Amino acid sequence: MDILNAFVLLANFVIVPALAYGSQLALGALGVTLIYGILRFSNFAHGDTMAFGTMVTILVTWWFWSMGISAGPLPTALLALPFGIAATALLVLATDRAVYRFYRRVKAKPVIFVIASLGVMFILNGIVRFVIGPDDRNFADGERFLVTAREFRQMTGLREGLAIKTTQALTVVIAILVVIALFWFLNRTRTGKSMRAYSDNEDLALLSGIDPERVVVITWVIAAGLATIAGVLYGLDKSFKPFTYFQLLLPIFASAIVGGLGNPLGAIAGGYLVAFSEVAVTYAYKKFFAYLLPERLEPEGLMQLLSTDYKFAVSFAILILVLLFRPTGLFRGKAV
Amino acid sequence: MSINMKNVALFAVIFGLIAAVGIWQSWSVAFAILNLGLISALMSLGVNMQWGYAGLFNVGTMGFVALGGLATVLVAMPPVKEAWAAGGGRMMGALAVGALTILAARLVWQRMAPGRRRGLALAAVLILGFIAYRWLYVPAANAIESIDPASTGYLGGLDLEVLIAWPVGGLLAAGAAWIVAKTALGLRSDYLAIATLGIAEIIVAVMKNEEWLDRGVKNVIGIPRPFMVPYEVEIQQQPWFLDMASGLGTDPVSLSSIWVKLLYAALFTVVLLVILWMAEMALKSPWGRMMRAIRDNEVAAEAMGKDVTARHLQIFVLGSAVIGIAGAMLTTLDGQLTPGTYNPLRFTFLIWVMVIVGGSGNNWGAILGGFLIWFLWVEVEALGPMLMEFFTFWLPDGNPVREHLMKSAAHMRLLTMGVILLLVLRFSPRGLIPEK
Repeated sequence: MDILNAFVLLANFVIVPALAYGSQLALGALGVTLIYGILRFSNFAHGDTMAFGTMVTILVTWWFWSMGISAGPLPTALLALPFGIAATALLVLATDRAVYRFYRRVKAKPVIFVIASLGVMFILNGIVRFVIGPDDRNFADGERFLVTAREFRQMTGLREGLAIKTTQALTVVIAILVVIALFWFLNRTRTGKSMRAYSDNEDLALLSGIDPERVVVITWVIAAGLATIAGVLYGLDKSFKPFTYFQLLLPIFASAIVGGLGNPLGAIAGGYLVAFSEVAVTYAYKKFFAYLLPERLEPEGLMQLLSTDYKFAVSFAILILVLLFRPTGLFRGKAV
Repeated sequence: MSINMKNVALFAVIFGLIAAVGIWQSWSVAFAILNLGLISALMSLGVNMQWGYAGLFNVGTMGFVALGGLATVLVAMPPVKEAWAAGGGRMMGALAVGALTILAARLVWQRMAPGRRRGLALAAVLILGFIAYRWLYVPAANAIESIDPASTGYLGGLDLEVLIAWPVGGLLAAGAAWIVAKTALGLRSDYLAIATLGIAEIIVAVMKNEEWLDRGVKNVIGIPRPFMVPYEVEIQQQPWFLDMASGLGTDPVSLSSIWVKLLYAALFTVVLLVILWMAEMALKSPWGRMMRAIRDNEVAAEAMGKDVTARHLQIFVLGSAVIGIAGAMLTTLDGQLTPGTYNPLRFTFLIWVMVIVGGSGNNWGAILGGFLIWFLWVEVEALGPMLMEFFTFWLPDGNPVREHLMKSAAHMRLLTMGVILLLVLRFSPRGLIPEK
């Protein structure tokens, strides 16, 4: 019984939150890795693109609320999501036209693209704060829990409860659907194949008649969709604050690099790896050991490896280890 | 260096703008802009050494600035004897154990043959080291933080002159830079960027949370001033100062604040000029030519027998040290260390805007960019609400749209900086004062 209790405790505080967080990171990292694979630069504006998409979704959600539209037990934000994706897609296409296309044409060095993305980051940051303000926003509605801790306890008779928030379940389900759709697109459709060809060998792809501008446009649209979905799911699960989204850049990049930049499968694996390490390292295991160990061996301290404020240190440490021992990432990304 | 009239004119415009603020707004504000402009110029000089001389992309400026700030606390604050007695020794032991663990792990990795035994030995060293570290660290931190937590609760510093903290801040930043560079240099440029972004976040996280070290978000206030900068209340009682105030026809209180800012400005100018002189000399020397050769064509330079990675390491550490010095100066000027205020937009990306706008590769350009962007950063914040007022005058008072716009106007400056960066990068990529 105690072993079961210990396991449920761990599931409640580590496995379920990390699964949800990992899915959000994986979606974010997929966007970064796609941009890297096709456009060949690290997009520092990705966190703020996420914030922009989420902001539009929140605004549309408020509009739906004011009209009395809701999605029943599901968050209304899901209905607003397509609007957010559309607006973000338009935005990134506009920035591509206004900013990045010029540097593609003059074949600028990747680092110039990165600096340009810093400028875009500033602008998006300004727009988001200008429109919705720098404060925390909570926009989740509908049923809060799929399973509450009390229900779980009554169902199983265990002392520990397992609570699953609707948003957590939704995150995982949506992430799986999106990833399936993306891989189907990349592997089975003509356009997806041309994108991969372009990513693998630009010259060869151009020779075989692939239109580079079309590939770029599709990449931006997909990246905008991924960013918005990731941002909205993160915002539903936790809350929306522009600065937090900016800070997500670090774990997202860590995920993408750990998996191997430019490799979509690696981005997903990296997302979960970073999320599980972050949550597992900052969780206090005192109660967990109290269930498993005999009473006289019970630990005195919190049994917490690192305080939660150091979660960025975790993604950073993973990043450094990978850079030291396997610079192209776990799944052999590109080395440009 | 031949004097270029255009560059002189550019600097004249900047100082003219600052003087205009002095005349129409207030001299106190003008000197505040000047002081922070000097510090910003030094930071952008440091980034320019890394980016302009060597093409290294460092987005961790915030961390090095914060380390400089930490140095002022560690050097200038009086030690807290009770805290040292309660847990100082144990804490030093914990830090020593931590450092030894990492060294031992490194030795194991280097000396043992690859294989399962090496992996096991490495894991054993790390786990044992970590347990020993926590066993020493946790009680020590608790003991230190429980000593009069409202006013101290930390170990304090060495009670030395705060000017000593400036080079110490440079050393701290150089040390951190060395660690980052050892791991991330020689890999792709993006990796260095992400690694520096990460180390900056970690440095600030440590400073926010390790209360035994610097009181964390409770802030350290009352950091002593350099010996030549008196306190306002002191000079207000000096007879010569009162005479000067009555001679100028101003009241001694506001004059004393300007006087103090002026002294700081003189101090910062000396530091900036010394470092600028050294940077210019280095750039003109054979070493500087080698750096630029490496930047422009790494492969060719390597074929000529230059050790590219070692030179990159060198310049990265040097540039970070300059940023660390600037960080120490900033905290000295503020008189307090507030780890909660280190924000990457302000202390990393804004510095980048300064370097790009000023002219990457040119030290004078970096300095000009530092002054100009800092000036805009301060003035756009004041200008934003004014412009908003102008654009929304047709809306009645209390209109929600108008109120929202007025409240958000302060965020205009992020937007402005982004637009400036993109415009300069696109239409004048070599900046205001291009590299020769």
